[in-house]
Amino acid sequence: MRIKDVKYLRFKTYLNAYCPHCNQSFNVDTINEKTLDFKAVYKKKKIDLRLSPYLDVFELEASVPVEKGDILDDLLCPYCSKSIVKKDFSCKECGTKAAEVIISADEKLIPFYLCLKYGCEWHGLSKADEKKIKLKIPRQDMPEQDQTLRIHNHQEVPYGYTSELALLEAGRCIQCKNPKCIDGCPVNIDIPGFISLVVEEKFDEAVKKIKERNILPAICGRVCPQENQCEEACVLGIKEKPVAIGRLERFVADFERKMELVKVPIINKNTGKKIAVVGSGPAGLTVAADMRQLGYSVTIFEALHETGGVLTYGIPEFRLPKSIVQFEINYLKEMGCRIELNHIIGATITVDELLENFNAVFIGVGAGLPTFMNIEGENLGNVFSSNEYLTRMNLMKAYKFPEYDTPMPKGENVTVIGGGNVAMDSARTAIRTGSDKVTIVYRRSRNELPAREEEVHHAEEEGIKFRLLTNPVRYLGTDDNRVKGMECIKMELGEPDNSGRRRPIPIEGSNFILDCDLVVIAVGTGPNPTIFQSTPDIKRNKWGYIEVNPDTNETSKEFVYAGGDIVTGSATVIQAMGAGRIASNAMHEKLSKIKK
Amino acid sequence: MFQIERKQELAKGTIIRFDLSAPKIAKKAKPGQFIILRVNETGERVPMTIADKDEFAGIITIIFQVVGKTTALMRSLKEGDLIKDVAGPLGKPAEIEKIGTVIMVGGGTGVAILHHVTKAFKNAGNHVIGIIGAREKDMIILENEMSSICDELIITTDDGSYGERGFVTLPLEKYLNERHDIKLVYAIGPIIMMKNVCALTKKYEMPTVVSLNPIMIDGTGMCGGCRVNVGNQTKFCCVDGPDFDGHQVDFDELEKRNSLYLKDEKDSLLFSIK
Repeated sequence: MRIKDVKYLRFKTYLNAYCPHCNQSFNVDTINEKTLDFKAVYKKKKIDLRLSPYLDVFELEASVPVEKGDILDDLLCPYCSKSIVKKDFSCKECGTKAAEVIISADEKLIPFYLCLKYGCEWHGLSKADEKKIKLKIPRQDMPEQDQTLRIHNHQEVPYGYTSELALLEAGRCIQCKNPKCIDGCPVNIDIPGFISLVVEEKFDEAVKKIKERNILPAICGRVCPQENQCEEACVLGIKEKPVAIGRLERFVADFERKMELVKVPIINKNTGKKIAVVGSGPAGLTVAADMRQLGYSVTIFEALHETGGVLTYGIPEFRLPKSIVQFEINYLKEMGCRIELNHIIGATITVDELLENFNAVFIGVGAGLPTFMNIEGENLGNVFSSNEYLTRMNLMKAYKFPEYDTPMPKGENVTVIGGGNVAMDSARTAIRTGSDKVTIVYRRSRNELPAREEEVHHAEEEGIKFRLLTNPVRYLGTDDNRVKGMECIKMELGEPDNSGRRRPIPIEGSNFILDCDLVVIAVGTGPNPTIFQSTPDIKRNKWGYIEVNPDTNETSKEFVYAGGDIVTGSATVIQAMGAGRIASNAMHEKLSKIKK
Repeated sequence: MFQIERKQELAKGTIIRFDLSAPKIAKKAKPGQFIILRVNETGERVPMTIADKDEFAGIITIIFQVVGKTTALMRSLKEGDLIKDVAGPLGKPAEIEKIGTVIMVGGGTGVAILHHVTKAFKNAGNHVIGIIGAREKDMIILENEMSSICDELIITTDDGSYGERGFVTLPLEKYLNERHDIKLVYAIGPIIMMKNVCALTKKYEMPTVVSLNPIMIDGTGMCGGCRVNVGNQTKFCCVDGPDFDGHQVDFDELEKRNSLYLKDEKDSLLFSIK
């Protein structure tokens, strides 16, 4: 849908008004201004009358001065000269006669009334009518890179909203009295609050409103699964599509960054206490920012040579540009957080040693251990874990090989095992390396794909094939030990399992061979044991994830907190941030009671 | 940034020793462990075994053979130059205890690592027999250091230009035949050497530890690129190793996995020369 075709009505709405008799448009569009032009009769003289087409301004301008409170005798169409005053109808506010025009909203024509009393702002629509019309504004899509072009580059796919689209989308929010979206957000952003600021075109204030709860809006706006969180709770979603909260979040964050409006917040007086944050992913960054702002001195320890954790090594450039991640991390540096790269906690320094120098430690190391399926041929060449594949491509920038030294894994016929976001990321990365064919092999059906619908949609658009209800049994290799194909078995869906999804059951004897020369295994990750080898007193559950007190996120070791994937297993960026928030609140509360 | 405190060419300009200033790693490093380094912004992450350390001076030593893009680049660095990233110490340390007599077998640059572990075995009170080999005389490294640690030291060269002629397996077999107090063989070197050593010691049912050096990226257990087949189980060399029971390792698979990027390596080198 083109923007100029969209007819809508909202605060700041641009009205397209038509004569009820001759159907001519009252809208006049010049370079300098947009107006609705009428003829009127005032004190028995014919005058010209101009009305702002914007619903909120709604100012009248007349060719002869009209006093406020004066009443026009008549209102006429300038084309057919017929009176448009509605008989037997009056303004609901002041009782004056009212004129009827036809406006189009969401391609529907509805009557709209203008009070003839100059200065009366009644516009003939009740709040209920307004809401009804708002519901009819379709959810706005983000403009994005053409699918045939984008598979040849690694640039970001969606361009993001323009301010026009953002206003349109924000106008859909009906500002519920009892907003459900806030509860749907793991960090409880005041969503209606920031959206109403967008409506008022106060984009910089809108992003500040978000940043009260979430320090990484540019990232969350891009990678949060809003459809399972805030947008799932949006009441508009019951009948229509929910407000595109994530896209608006992304818009205001990008606006702030691009307009260079980012300001370092005021930091509280130094508490004299020190916090060590292990891991610079979303959980760690949240804790670092929170604690720094509260006046703690904060040091972040990162094992790799680049900060950002999964945001850097896992999520590809075309979904989350690394410049944005680094921008957000620079913000933390400007706040005064120290960052120590190449520090593997558990190896370079142990948690116990950190506790000697810091008042508290937060562990947010993620779940970085790749899972394999332990089937024959998994160690063949060109069979990668998604971690390795994406780390090569994203962290090591192998897609720029040989400008960068890490070789780029490349196949003509690539198969990705798994159905999550990581599988989509891997497949979409592969298609960008120039592979002829990229296939996703998933053991359940399309309905059970755990990836975000948006990602699946993008993958389909980019020509990625889906082999659903299929599971690999073994990999076949060439003489020089590279993968040349895989034996698969077809699956059918049985009863729902613990995850609530229908359990896939292999169909006996349905085996077949699928040719491929590169395989990426994206079937999940587990906890990396490195940090625990030197700290066995941090209690972990049977899967190896850290056990914490859910109210404080403190571990069994006092003053050691944890959050994110290392506690919950693979989850989302915003959930990790939410966990970080719980930990930083608890840390602050506990440390505040302790004298230095 | 990590400064190169000292650079030394050990053999014909192809085997080079760096002393790097890395105090935190030096404090923790144990024999058998390794680091991951990245020379510059566009560099790859390369694992290098820690060949020695000086905790008090905050120095770790790495010894490498110039084989590809990164090592060629490293050769061009001078004393005082900086290496962008060094992370470690990684991997499990070698298991060192007093067990009696051990034979330490090293080939090529493997001797560099072997030397660090040998020192630890000697300090633990073992009787240490060293066997080190190389292609030719000029490629023998750390001879003096090894001879000062080892109770007995045998040197072999493939072409007979120095020491005994032939592979390290010849003197090893002789020892295994003649001495019956040997408790352990520890072998570090080219895959083919470790494979042959293990084939030999298996005949004598002699426990043998090897230190593997597969392709790695992060070195912290995250990518799984370094997976090796040990006793039909997939192990991650970076976190489960690098030391493994040599009789369980599938060396053929390891060799093939390590040669996956030979063409890319060449392309990368050519690109850098251009």
